[in-house]
Amino acid sequence: MSEIPSELRFAESHEWARLNDDGTITIGISDHAQSQLGDLVYVELPEVGDEATAGDAIAVVESVKAASDVYSPISGEIVAVNDDLADAPERVNESPYDDGWLYSVQPASEGEYDAMMDSDAYAESLDDE
Amino acid sequence: MAQRTALYQVHVDAGAKMVDFGGWDMPLNYGSQIDEHHIVRKDAGQFDVSHMTVVDLHGAQTLDYLRHLLANNIDKLASVGKAMYSCMLNEQGGVVDDLIVYYLGDTDCRVVVNASTREKDLKWMGTQAAGFDVELTERADLAMIAVQGPNSREKFAATLSASERDQAMALGKFSAAAIGDLFVARTGYTGEDGFEIMVPGDAAAKLWRKLNEQGVANCGLGARDTLRLEAGMNLYGQDMDEATSPLISGLTWTIAWDPDDRHFVGRDVLEKQRSDGVDSKLVGLVLEDRGVLRHGQKVITADGDGIVTSGSFSPTLGKAIGLARVPKGAAESAHVDIRGRQLAVRFVRPPFVRDGEAKI
Repeated sequence: MSEIPSELRFAESHEWARLNDDGTITIGISDHAQSQLGDLVYVELPEVGDEATAGDAIAVVESVKAASDVYSPISGEIVAVNDDLADAPERVNESPYDDGWLYSVQPASEGEYDAMMDSDAYAESLDDE
Repeated sequence: MAQRTALYQVHVDAGAKMVDFGGWDMPLNYGSQIDEHHIVRKDAGQFDVSHMTVVDLHGAQTLDYLRHLLANNIDKLASVGKAMYSCMLNEQGGVVDDLIVYYLGDTDCRVVVNASTREKDLKWMGTQAAGFDVELTERADLAMIAVQGPNSREKFAATLSASERDQAMALGKFSAAAIGDLFVARTGYTGEDGFEIMVPGDAAAKLWRKLNEQGVANCGLGARDTLRLEAGMNLYGQDMDEATSPLISGLTWTIAWDPDDRHFVGRDVLEKQRSDGVDSKLVGLVLEDRGVLRHGQKVITADGDGIVTSGSFSPTLGKAIGLARVPKGAAESAHVDIRGRQLAVRFVRPPFVRDGEAKI
Protein backbone atom coordinates (compact mmCIF):
# COMPACT_ATOMS: atom_id res chain seq x y z
CA MET A 1 0.00 0.00 0.00
CA SER A 2 1.51 3.31 -1.02
CA GLU A 3 1.81 6.31 1.26
CA ILE A 4 -0.66 9.19 0.76
CA PRO A 5 -0.04 12.19 3.08
CA SER A 6 -3.32 13.79 4.16
CA GLU A 7 -2.09 17.41 3.89
CA LEU A 8 -1.47 17.15 0.13
CA ARG A 9 -3.69 17.43 -2.93
CA PHE A 10 -3.44 15.03 -5.86
CA ALA A 11 -4.04 14.90 -9.60
CA GLU A 12 -5.44 11.95 -11.54
CA SER A 13 -2.11 11.69 -13.35
CA HIS A 14 -0.43 11.05 -9.94
CA GLU A 15 1.19 14.42 -9.23
CA TRP A 16 0.91 15.85 -5.72
CA ALA A 17 0.69 19.53 -4.72
CA ARG A 18 1.59 21.18 -1.41
CA LEU A 19 0.35 24.69 -0.60
CA ASN A 20 3.22 26.51 1.12
CA ASP A 21 2.86 29.33 3.68
CA ASP A 22 4.10 31.91 1.14
CA GLY A 23 1.35 30.97 -1.31
CA THR A 24 3.59 29.04 -3.69
CA ILE A 25 2.75 25.43 -4.50
CA THR A 26 5.29 22.60 -4.60
CA ILE A 27 4.73 19.73 -7.01
CA GLY A 28 6.01 16.16 -7.07
CA ILE A 29 4.87 12.68 -8.05
CA SER A 30 3.09 10.34 -5.67
CA ASP A 31 4.53 7.29 -3.95
CA HIS A 32 2.25 5.19 -6.14
CA ALA A 33 3.66 6.83 -9.30
CA GLN A 34 7.31 6.33 -8.33
CA SER A 35 6.61 2.72 -7.44
CA GLN A 36 4.96 2.11 -10.81
CA LEU A 37 7.87 3.73 -12.68
CA GLY A 38 10.60 1.84 -10.84
CA ASP A 39 14.14 3.13 -10.31
CA LEU A 40 14.42 6.66 -11.67
CA VAL A 41 17.64 7.48 -13.49
CA TYR A 42 16.93 10.91 -14.97
CA VAL A 43 14.65 13.84 -14.24
CA GLU A 44 14.18 16.68 -16.71
CA LEU A 45 12.86 19.79 -14.97
CA PRO A 46 11.62 23.17 -16.18
CA GLU A 47 13.67 26.31 -15.53
CA VAL A 48 12.87 28.98 -12.99
CA GLY A 49 10.87 31.63 -14.80
CA ASP A 50 9.14 29.17 -17.15
CA GLU A 51 5.35 29.28 -17.28
CA ALA A 52 3.46 26.14 -16.35
CA THR A 53 0.00 25.51 -17.79
CA ALA A 54 -2.29 23.18 -15.89
CA GLY A 55 -2.64 19.87 -17.71
CA ASP A 56 0.45 20.36 -19.88
CA ALA A 57 3.67 18.37 -19.65
CA ILE A 58 6.19 20.35 -17.63
CA ALA A 59 8.80 17.75 -16.64
CA VAL A 60 9.94 14.24 -17.58
CA VAL A 61 10.84 11.47 -15.18
CA GLU A 62 12.75 8.55 -16.66
CA SER A 63 13.14 5.18 -15.07
CA VAL A 64 15.38 2.46 -16.44
CA LYS A 65 12.27 1.19 -18.17
CA ALA A 66 10.65 4.25 -19.73
CA ALA A 67 10.20 8.01 -19.86
CA SER A 68 7.01 9.54 -18.41
CA ASP A 69 5.69 13.05 -18.65
CA VAL A 70 4.78 14.99 -15.53
CA TYR A 71 1.74 17.19 -16.07
CA SER A 72 1.57 20.39 -14.08
CA PRO A 73 -1.64 20.42 -12.01
CA ILE A 74 -1.22 24.18 -11.52
CA SER A 75 -0.74 27.11 -13.91
CA GLY A 76 1.75 29.82 -13.05
CA GLU A 77 5.38 30.84 -12.99
CA ILE A 78 8.04 28.33 -11.92
CA VAL A 79 9.77 29.83 -8.86
CA ALA A 80 12.01 26.94 -7.80
CA VAL A 81 13.22 23.58 -9.12
CA ASN A 82 14.86 20.71 -7.26
CA ASP A 83 18.35 20.85 -8.77
CA ASP A 84 19.57 18.07 -6.46
CA LEU A 85 17.68 15.57 -8.61
CA ALA A 86 20.21 16.03 -11.44
CA ASP A 87 22.76 14.03 -9.47
CA ALA A 88 20.32 12.01 -7.38
CA PRO A 89 17.14 11.17 -9.31
CA GLU A 90 16.65 8.21 -6.96
CA ARG A 91 15.46 10.69 -4.31
CA VAL A 92 12.10 10.65 -6.07
CA ASN A 93 11.91 6.92 -5.31
CA GLU A 94 13.24 7.18 -1.79
CA SER A 95 11.36 10.29 -0.68
CA PRO A 96 8.63 11.20 -3.16
CA TYR A 97 6.92 13.72 -0.85
CA ASP A 98 10.03 15.37 0.60
CA ASP A 99 13.54 15.30 -0.89
CA GLY A 100 12.05 14.13 -4.18
CA TRP A 101 9.95 17.26 -4.86
CA LEU A 102 10.17 18.47 -8.47
CA TYR A 103 9.37 22.19 -8.68
CA SER A 104 7.43 25.04 -7.10
CA VAL A 105 5.05 27.35 -8.87
CA GLN A 106 3.53 30.75 -8.08
CA PRO A 107 -0.10 29.94 -8.90
CA ALA A 108 -1.87 32.20 -11.36
CA SER A 109 -5.18 31.52 -9.62
CA GLU A 110 -6.47 29.74 -6.53
CA GLY A 111 -9.07 27.56 -8.17
CA GLU A 112 -6.79 24.88 -9.61
CA TYR A 113 -5.38 23.80 -6.27
CA ASP A 114 -8.80 23.68 -4.64
CA ALA A 115 -10.13 21.55 -7.47
CA MET A 116 -7.50 18.82 -6.95
CA MET A 117 -8.35 15.59 -5.13
CA ASP A 118 -7.77 15.35 -1.41
CA SER A 119 -5.93 12.32 -0.03
CA ASP A 120 -9.10 10.30 0.54
CA ALA A 121 -10.31 10.84 -3.00
CA TYR A 122 -6.87 9.96 -4.36
CA ALA A 123 -6.72 6.78 -2.28
CA GLU A 124 -10.12 5.84 -3.66
CA SER A 125 -9.00 6.51 -7.24
CA LEU A 126 -6.04 4.17 -6.73
CA ASP A 127 -8.36 1.44 -5.51
CA ASP A 128 -10.29 1.76 -8.76
CA GLU A 129 -7.18 1.31 -10.90
CA MET B 1 -4.67 -15.00 -20.27
CA ALA B 2 -0.90 -14.80 -20.26
CA GLN B 3 1.08 -18.01 -19.90
CA ARG B 4 2.78 -18.76 -16.61
CA THR B 5 6.08 -20.51 -15.98
CA ALA B 6 6.55 -23.20 -13.34
CA LEU B 7 7.98 -20.47 -11.11
CA TYR B 8 5.03 -18.06 -11.34
CA GLN B 9 3.86 -18.57 -7.75
CA VAL B 10 7.41 -18.29 -6.44
CA HIS B 11 7.69 -14.84 -8.04
CA VAL B 12 4.35 -13.66 -6.71
CA ASP B 13 5.24 -14.89 -3.21
CA ALA B 14 8.56 -13.02 -3.45
CA GLY B 15 6.71 -9.77 -4.19
CA ALA B 16 7.70 -9.52 -7.85
CA LYS B 17 6.18 -6.90 -10.09
CA MET B 18 4.74 -9.09 -12.83
CA VAL B 19 4.40 -7.85 -16.41
CA ASP B 20 3.36 -9.28 -19.74
CA PHE B 21 6.40 -10.31 -21.75
CA GLY B 22 5.67 -11.79 -25.16
CA GLY B 23 2.52 -13.46 -23.88
CA TRP B 24 4.11 -14.61 -20.61
CA ASP B 25 3.46 -13.26 -17.13
CA MET B 26 7.03 -12.59 -16.02
CA PRO B 27 8.79 -10.81 -13.11
CA LEU B 28 10.06 -7.34 -14.11
CA ASN B 29 11.74 -6.81 -10.75
CA TYR B 30 11.43 -7.77 -7.08
CA GLY B 31 11.88 -4.21 -5.82
CA SER B 32 14.78 -2.34 -7.40
CA GLN B 33 15.95 -3.41 -10.82
CA ILE B 34 19.15 -1.39 -10.38
CA ASP B 35 20.01 -3.25 -7.17
CA GLU B 36 19.35 -6.52 -9.01
CA HIS B 37 21.67 -5.41 -11.81
CA HIS B 38 24.52 -4.60 -9.41
CA ILE B 39 24.15 -7.86 -7.52
CA VAL B 40 24.72 -9.83 -10.74
CA ARG B 41 27.84 -7.78 -11.52
CA LYS B 42 29.21 -8.24 -8.00
CA ASP B 43 27.81 -11.47 -6.56
CA ALA B 44 25.06 -13.76 -7.87
CA GLY B 45 21.49 -13.46 -9.11
CA GLN B 46 18.94 -15.82 -10.63
CA PHE B 47 16.49 -15.22 -13.46
CA ASP B 48 13.49 -17.25 -14.52
CA VAL B 49 13.97 -17.73 -18.26
CA SER B 50 11.54 -20.63 -18.57
CA HIS B 51 9.59 -18.70 -21.18
CA MET B 52 12.36 -19.42 -23.69
CA THR B 53 11.71 -22.21 -26.15
CA VAL B 54 13.73 -25.41 -25.94
CA VAL B 55 13.67 -27.75 -28.93
CA ASP B 56 15.40 -31.13 -29.02
CA LEU B 57 16.59 -32.47 -32.36
CA HIS B 58 17.04 -36.19 -32.94
CA GLY B 59 17.78 -38.24 -36.02
CA ALA B 60 20.50 -39.51 -38.34
CA GLN B 61 20.60 -36.19 -40.23
CA THR B 62 20.48 -33.83 -37.26
CA LEU B 63 23.85 -32.29 -38.16
CA ASP B 64 23.04 -32.03 -41.87
CA TYR B 65 19.86 -30.23 -40.91
CA LEU B 66 21.75 -27.74 -38.73
CA ARG B 67 24.37 -27.20 -41.45
CA HIS B 68 21.43 -26.12 -43.61
CA LEU B 69 19.48 -24.15 -40.98
CA LEU B 70 22.18 -22.15 -39.19
CA ALA B 71 24.47 -19.34 -40.38
CA ASN B 72 27.08 -20.53 -37.90
CA ASN B 73 28.58 -23.97 -38.43
CA ILE B 74 27.65 -26.82 -36.10
CA ASP B 75 30.88 -28.56 -37.14
CA LYS B 76 32.78 -26.06 -34.98
CA LEU B 77 31.43 -27.98 -31.98
CA ALA B 78 33.92 -30.78 -31.69
CA SER B 79 32.97 -32.34 -28.36
CA VAL B 80 29.73 -33.40 -26.71
CA GLY B 81 28.15 -30.67 -24.61
CA LYS B 82 29.69 -27.73 -26.48
CA ALA B 83 27.41 -24.80 -27.25
CA MET B 84 27.38 -22.15 -29.94
CA TYR B 85 25.50 -18.92 -30.69
CA SER B 86 23.98 -18.66 -34.16
CA CYS B 87 21.35 -16.93 -36.22
CA MET B 88 18.91 -18.76 -38.42
CA LEU B 89 18.20 -16.72 -41.53
CA ASN B 90 15.40 -16.49 -44.04
CA GLU B 91 16.02 -16.72 -47.80
CA GLN B 92 16.54 -12.93 -47.90
CA GLY B 93 19.36 -13.13 -45.35
CA GLY B 94 17.20 -11.58 -42.60
CA VAL B 95 17.32 -12.99 -39.09
CA VAL B 96 14.41 -15.32 -38.24
CA ASP B 97 15.84 -15.64 -34.73
CA ASP B 98 19.05 -15.95 -32.78
CA LEU B 99 19.65 -19.06 -30.71
CA ILE B 100 22.01 -21.26 -28.77
CA VAL B 101 22.64 -24.76 -30.06
CA TYR B 102 24.13 -27.55 -27.91
CA TYR B 103 25.88 -30.46 -29.56
CA LEU B 104 24.94 -33.62 -27.70
CA GLY B 105 26.13 -36.17 -30.26
CA ASP B 106 25.87 -36.82 -33.99
CA THR B 107 22.17 -37.63 -33.77
CA ASP B 108 21.16 -35.23 -30.99
CA CYS B 109 21.28 -31.49 -30.50
CA ARG B 110 19.36 -29.05 -28.35
CA VAL B 111 18.35 -25.60 -29.56
CA VAL B 112 17.10 -22.71 -27.40
CA VAL B 113 15.24 -19.94 -29.23
CA ASN B 114 13.41 -16.85 -28.01
CA ALA B 115 10.01 -16.82 -26.34
CA SER B 116 8.35 -14.07 -28.35
CA THR B 117 9.26 -15.83 -31.61
CA ARG B 118 8.23 -19.34 -30.53
CA GLU B 119 5.46 -19.98 -33.04
CA LYS B 120 7.19 -18.69 -36.14
CA ASP B 121 10.45 -20.40 -35.12
CA LEU B 122 8.81 -23.80 -34.66
CA LYS B 123 7.05 -23.37 -37.98
CA TRP B 124 10.25 -22.29 -39.74
CA MET B 125 12.34 -25.05 -38.20
CA GLY B 126 9.66 -27.57 -39.15
CA THR B 127 9.49 -26.36 -42.74
CA GLN B 128 13.25 -26.41 -43.12
CA ALA B 129 13.39 -29.96 -41.73
CA ALA B 130 11.63 -31.32 -44.81
CA GLY B 131 13.80 -33.91 -46.50
CA PHE B 132 16.05 -34.40 -43.47
CA ASP B 133 15.93 -37.40 -41.17
CA VAL B 134 15.43 -35.29 -38.05
CA GLU B 135 12.70 -35.08 -35.46
CA LEU B 136 11.92 -31.85 -33.58
CA THR B 137 10.48 -32.04 -30.07
CA GLU B 138 9.60 -28.96 -28.08
CA ARG B 139 10.52 -29.36 -24.40
CA ALA B 140 7.78 -27.34 -22.73
CA ASP B 141 8.21 -29.65 -19.73
CA LEU B 142 11.50 -27.93 -18.88
CA ALA B 143 11.85 -24.77 -16.83
CA MET B 144 15.02 -22.73 -17.11
CA ILE B 145 16.88 -20.76 -14.46
CA ALA B 146 19.84 -18.52 -15.31
CA VAL B 147 22.24 -18.13 -12.37
CA GLN B 148 24.66 -15.33 -13.17
CA GLY B 149 27.43 -13.39 -11.50
CA PRO B 150 31.01 -13.88 -10.27
CA ASN B 151 29.89 -16.05 -7.32
CA SER B 152 27.04 -17.83 -9.10
CA ARG B 153 28.87 -21.03 -10.03
CA GLU B 154 29.99 -21.75 -6.49
CA LYS B 155 26.56 -20.94 -5.10
CA PHE B 156 24.81 -23.18 -7.56
CA ALA B 157 27.34 -25.97 -7.00
CA ALA B 158 26.60 -25.80 -3.27
CA THR B 159 23.05 -27.01 -4.01
CA LEU B 160 24.41 -30.25 -5.54
CA SER B 161 25.82 -33.51 -4.19
CA ALA B 162 29.62 -33.79 -3.95
CA SER B 163 30.09 -35.67 -7.23
CA GLU B 164 27.63 -33.46 -9.12
CA ARG B 165 29.39 -30.41 -7.72
CA ASP B 166 32.67 -31.46 -9.32
CA GLN B 167 30.91 -32.02 -12.63
CA ALA B 168 29.36 -28.57 -12.56
CA MET B 169 32.55 -26.77 -11.57
CA ALA B 170 34.50 -28.63 -14.28
CA LEU B 171 32.30 -27.26 -17.08
CA GLY B 172 34.19 -24.98 -19.44
CA LYS B 173 32.73 -21.79 -20.87
CA PHE B 174 30.03 -22.49 -23.46
CA SER B 175 29.84 -26.13 -22.36
CA ALA B 176 26.93 -28.10 -20.96
CA ALA B 177 26.30 -31.44 -19.29
CA ALA B 178 23.41 -33.43 -17.88
CA ILE B 179 23.87 -33.44 -14.11
CA GLY B 180 21.24 -35.56 -12.35
CA ASP B 181 17.86 -34.27 -13.56
CA LEU B 182 19.41 -31.00 -14.66
CA PHE B 183 20.92 -29.84 -17.92
CA VAL B 184 23.56 -27.34 -16.88
CA ALA B 185 25.18 -24.97 -19.38
CA ARG B 186 27.90 -22.44 -18.67
CA THR B 187 26.24 -19.77 -20.77
CA GLY B 188 24.30 -16.58 -20.14
CA TYR B 189 23.02 -13.23 -21.29
CA THR B 190 24.57 -10.87 -18.76
CA GLY B 191 28.29 -10.61 -19.56
CA GLU B 192 29.07 -12.44 -16.32
CA ASP B 193 30.11 -16.00 -15.64
CA GLY B 194 27.34 -18.39 -14.62
CA PHE B 195 25.03 -21.17 -15.65
CA GLU B 196 21.77 -21.57 -17.49
CA ILE B 197 20.04 -24.56 -15.94
CA MET B 198 17.22 -26.52 -17.50
CA VAL B 199 15.20 -28.30 -14.86
CA PRO B 200 11.98 -30.34 -14.97
CA GLY B 201 9.13 -27.91 -14.35
CA ASP B 202 7.97 -29.66 -11.17
CA ALA B 203 11.46 -29.39 -9.65
CA ALA B 204 12.05 -25.75 -10.57
CA ALA B 205 10.62 -24.09 -7.46
CA LYS B 206 12.71 -26.30 -5.20
CA LEU B 207 15.91 -25.43 -7.06
CA TRP B 208 15.00 -21.70 -6.99
CA ARG B 209 14.58 -21.80 -3.20
CA LYS B 210 17.80 -23.75 -2.72
CA LEU B 211 19.61 -21.05 -4.69
CA ASN B 212 17.98 -18.41 -2.48
CA GLU B 213 19.29 -20.29 0.55
CA GLN B 214 22.81 -20.05 -0.91
CA GLY B 215 22.42 -16.28 -1.13
CA VAL B 216 21.49 -16.01 -4.80
CA ALA B 217 19.25 -12.95 -5.26
CA ASN B 218 16.05 -12.94 -7.30
CA CYS B 219 16.42 -10.82 -10.44
CA GLY B 220 13.80 -9.80 -12.97
CA LEU B 221 13.73 -9.24 -16.69
CA GLY B 222 14.36 -5.51 -16.18
CA ALA B 223 17.86 -6.18 -14.86
CA ARG B 224 18.35 -8.85 -17.50
CA ASP B 225 17.89 -6.20 -20.20
CA THR B 226 20.35 -3.67 -18.75
CA LEU B 227 22.88 -6.46 -18.12
CA ARG B 228 22.69 -7.79 -21.68
CA LEU B 229 22.92 -4.27 -23.11
CA GLU B 230 26.03 -3.49 -21.06
CA ALA B 231 27.43 -6.81 -22.30
CA GLY B 232 26.82 -5.62 -25.87
CA MET B 233 24.48 -8.49 -26.65
CA ASN B 234 21.75 -8.00 -29.23
CA LEU B 235 18.07 -8.39 -28.41
CA TYR B 236 16.01 -10.06 -31.12
CA GLY B 237 13.22 -7.84 -32.43
CA GLN B 238 15.07 -4.67 -31.47
CA ASP B 239 18.65 -4.90 -32.70
CA MET B 240 17.92 -7.32 -35.51
CA ASP B 241 14.89 -8.90 -37.12
CA GLU B 242 13.72 -10.52 -40.34
CA ALA B 243 14.45 -7.37 -42.33
CA THR B 244 18.05 -6.97 -41.18
CA SER B 245 21.06 -9.02 -42.17
CA PRO B 246 23.62 -10.13 -39.57
CA LEU B 247 26.12 -8.01 -41.55
CA ILE B 248 24.38 -4.80 -40.44
CA SER B 249 23.57 -6.11 -36.96
CA GLY B 250 27.03 -6.55 -35.49
CA LEU B 251 26.73 -10.31 -36.02
CA THR B 252 29.18 -10.93 -38.86
CA TRP B 253 31.29 -12.92 -36.39
CA THR B 254 28.51 -15.49 -36.13
CA ILE B 255 28.57 -16.37 -39.83
CA ALA B 256 30.68 -19.38 -40.78
CA TRP B 257 31.75 -18.69 -44.40
CA ASP B 258 33.94 -21.79 -44.47
CA PRO B 259 33.52 -24.25 -46.01
CA ASP B 260 32.42 -22.48 -49.21
CA ASP B 261 30.09 -25.30 -50.21
CA ARG B 262 27.91 -25.24 -47.07
CA HIS B 263 24.71 -23.77 -48.49
CA PHE B 264 22.92 -22.56 -45.37
CA VAL B 265 19.64 -20.69 -45.76
CA GLY B 266 20.29 -17.05 -46.73
CA ARG B 267 23.90 -17.63 -47.78
CA ASP B 268 23.46 -16.36 -51.35
CA VAL B 269 22.18 -13.00 -50.17
CA LEU B 270 24.89 -12.68 -47.53
CA GLU B 271 27.60 -13.50 -50.08
CA LYS B 272 26.28 -10.74 -52.32
CA GLN B 273 26.16 -8.27 -49.43
CA ARG B 274 29.66 -9.29 -48.49
CA SER B 275 31.07 -8.60 -51.97
CA ASP B 276 28.95 -5.51 -52.75
CA GLY B 277 29.30 -4.05 -49.26
CA VAL B 278 26.49 -2.98 -46.92
CA ASP B 279 25.34 0.57 -46.25
CA SER B 280 24.94 0.47 -42.48
CA LYS B 281 26.40 -0.97 -39.30
CA LEU B 282 25.50 -1.49 -35.66
CA VAL B 283 27.56 0.54 -33.17
CA GLY B 284 27.59 1.09 -29.44
CA LEU B 285 26.59 4.54 -28.16
CA VAL B 286 27.50 6.38 -25.00
CA LEU B 287 25.59 9.52 -24.08
CA GLU B 288 27.93 11.91 -22.32
CA ASP B 289 25.13 14.31 -21.39
CA ARG B 290 22.37 13.60 -18.92
CA GLY B 291 19.38 11.77 -20.37
CA VAL B 292 18.44 8.27 -21.43
CA LEU B 293 18.82 6.63 -24.83
CA ARG B 294 15.73 4.73 -25.99
CA HIS B 295 14.81 2.35 -28.79
CA GLY B 296 13.61 4.35 -31.80
CA GLN B 297 15.41 7.66 -31.19
CA LYS B 298 16.97 9.27 -34.25
CA VAL B 299 20.76 9.32 -34.58
CA ILE B 300 22.06 12.25 -36.61
CA THR B 301 25.48 11.76 -38.25
CA ALA B 302 27.44 13.62 -40.93
CA ASP B 303 26.72 10.67 -43.24
CA GLY B 304 22.96 10.57 -42.70
CA ASP B 305 20.49 9.49 -40.05
CA GLY B 306 20.48 6.29 -38.07
CA ILE B 307 18.31 4.87 -35.30
CA VAL B 308 18.82 3.72 -31.72
CA THR B 309 17.89 0.02 -31.69
CA SER B 310 18.42 -0.55 -27.94
CA GLY B 311 18.88 2.13 -25.33
CA SER B 312 18.81 2.33 -21.57
CA PHE B 313 20.62 3.59 -18.55
CA SER B 314 23.74 1.65 -17.62
CA PRO B 315 23.77 1.13 -13.85
CA THR B 316 27.45 0.12 -13.94
CA LEU B 317 28.63 3.16 -15.92
CA GLY B 318 26.10 5.61 -14.50
CA LYS B 319 25.19 6.96 -17.93
CA ALA B 320 22.98 6.12 -20.87
CA ILE B 321 24.21 3.57 -23.41
CA GLY B 322 22.73 2.03 -26.48
CA LEU B 323 23.13 0.20 -29.74
CA ALA B 324 22.34 2.02 -32.98
CA ARG B 325 22.19 1.25 -36.67
CA VAL B 326 24.01 4.07 -38.49
CA PRO B 327 25.38 4.70 -42.01
CA LYS B 328 28.45 2.57 -42.69
CA GLY B 329 30.77 5.57 -43.06
CA ALA B 330 29.67 7.32 -39.88
CA ALA B 331 32.66 7.94 -37.65
CA GLU B 332 33.21 8.24 -33.93
CA SER B 333 30.43 10.58 -32.87
CA ALA B 334 26.94 11.79 -33.62
CA HIS B 335 23.91 13.39 -32.03
CA VAL B 336 20.76 11.74 -30.78
CA ASP B 337 17.42 13.52 -30.86
CA ILE B 338 15.86 13.23 -27.41
CA ARG B 339 12.52 15.04 -27.22
CA GLY B 340 13.68 17.68 -29.71
CA ARG B 341 17.09 18.26 -28.13
CA GLN B 342 20.19 17.04 -29.93
CA LEU B 343 22.61 15.47 -27.47
CA ALA B 344 26.14 14.32 -28.30
CA VAL B 345 26.89 10.59 -28.34
CA ARG B 346 30.21 8.81 -28.77
CA PHE B 347 30.53 5.58 -30.76
CA VAL B 348 32.13 2.68 -28.94
CA ARG B 349 32.75 -0.95 -29.69
CA PRO B 350 30.61 -3.12 -27.40
CA PRO B 351 30.77 -4.67 -24.85
CA PHE B 352 30.39 -1.75 -22.49
CA VAL B 353 30.94 -3.97 -19.44
CA ARG B 354 32.28 -7.50 -19.16
CA ASP B 355 33.02 -9.58 -16.06
CA GLY B 356 32.19 -6.68 -13.76
CA GLU B 357 34.54 -4.20 -15.46
CA ALA B 358 33.87 -1.17 -17.63
CA LYS B 359 35.33 -1.72 -21.11
CA ILE B 360 34.84 1.73 -22.58
